Amino acid sequence: MLPANGSSSHEASVTDTRPLARIDKEVATPAQAVAGIGPGATVLIGGFGDAGVPFHLLQALADLGVGDLTIVANNAGTGDDGVAALIRAGLVRRVICSYPRSRGSVWFERRHQEGSLELEVVPQGTLTERIRAAGAGIPAFFTPTAADTALGEGKERRVFGGRACVLEEALSGDVALIRARRADRWGNLTYHAVGRNYGPTMASAARLTVVEVSEPVVEIGDIDPEVVVTPGVYVDRVVFVGTEN
Amino acid sequence: MAVPAERQEPNRAEETDASTQLGDVRPWTMTEVAGHVASDLPVGACVNLGIGLPTLVPGHMPAGVEVLLQCENGMLGMGPRPPMGGEDPDRIDAGKGPVTIVPGGCYFNHNEAFAMIRGGHVDVSVMGAFQVSATGDLANWSVPGELLPAVGGAMDLAIGARRVVVMMRHTTKRGAPKLVARCTYPLTAAGVVRRVYTDLATAEITDGRFVVRAAAPGVTRDTLAQVTSAPIAWDV
Repeated sequence: MLPANGSSSHEASVTDTRPLARIDKEVATPAQAVAGIGPGATVLIGGFGDAGVPFHLLQALADLGVGDLTIVANNAGTGDDGVAALIRAGLVRRVICSYPRSRGSVWFERRHQEGSLELEVVPQGTLTERIRAAGAGIPAFFTPTAADTALGEGKERRVFGGRACVLEEALSGDVALIRARRADRWGNLTYHAVGRNYGPTMASAARLTVVEVSEPVVEIGDIDPEVVVTPGVYVDRVVFVGTEN
Repeated sequence: MAVPAERQEPNRAEETDASTQLGDVRPWTMTEVAGHVASDLPVGACVNLGIGLPTLVPGHMPAGVEVLLQCENGMLGMGPRPPMGGEDPDRIDAGKGPVTIVPGGCYFNHNEAFAMIRGGHVDVSVMGAFQVSATGDLANWSVPGELLPAVGGAMDLAIGARRVVVMMRHTTKRGAPKLVARCTYPLTAAGVVRRVYTDLATAEITDGRFVVRAAAPGVTRDTLAQVTSAPIAWDV
């Protein structure tokens, strides 16, 4: 999904007189960054604990107020912010995550006890691999993780090399919300420490990938191509939110 | 056998010892148990430490022995907790506590972290557990009806690490055995645990038995049998 004024053409003809041929994925505010996300969307959300959580985008999504969301994240949020802000506001129908049981995960626990929130628990490696598969065009894969356990029940089982495996399906998003450190206007990204976590994988697996960055967006060429972690092709919108998380 | 559930994570470093009902037995402290785990780690090994008690292990590595601590959220070469004021919200361990990175360490994304784990590149996984069976079955992710299910990376580590060892107290806080003939809690993986380190004994899992290699002061075969509901072989 390209921005309205973007063009990826490498062979613009001489008769092409489009005045705005630059690719510029930067938007001014978190509200603009999440604009257009609709009810019922599946939202991939980066982060592990508080590391790499796109808090500003999640607040903007909570403010947008669209409901019936399915969220895919490692944890189910703690305190009142981040993923918890969406759950608290009653906007989430289903949570697909690896580790919902965290100290301070009060809004998840409350909504889950009320019965208003479905939970699918997925082994962490399977969760990230399902998302990777979606981004790489792989519809499903076999893995020994969770074979012959409660989390493998109901899944196709096959034995490879003497080892029981279960079939896991790719998991894509309508939207991915992630946090990075630095972006250029083409959407190339670098991250900070383990804040990287799900970001590069989720960026590849959604129809609309939105990134909040802690440093001002830089000009193309300012990020060494050798150190780009997420290629800009996966990124649609970038918003600078400052270092406060 | 109905085993009362602990209402906490599989292991919590701050808990007091649970095995004090055995008279003359002087259980090892979990700090000592961490030393036992640490001294068995091969030089140069890539090691993943689970949340809770296993996080005590790095503090007991013999000086000069280099191992690579892998953290499944995307770090190889995890270092100790930073000094007060040096915490970075983007530099945390699997239990979400602040850590540092050692020279030579590196960061990578979650997918690579788990490819490393599931692809057999982690030499040793040290985890806590609710129960371990005499055939090496591991139960450490779910207590139905008691806790929200939360698996994290446990199932990936259990099937992917080259060697899985468990560090835990020998019994629950209410004294129920955690070394059992057959797990009553949902399995993390079957037949994967090779060795258990508890406050009463260190035991290898071989041929459907716990083969005791070391025992805490005062622990005899009989006292251990009282708090273990699985076949034991004594090879101390």
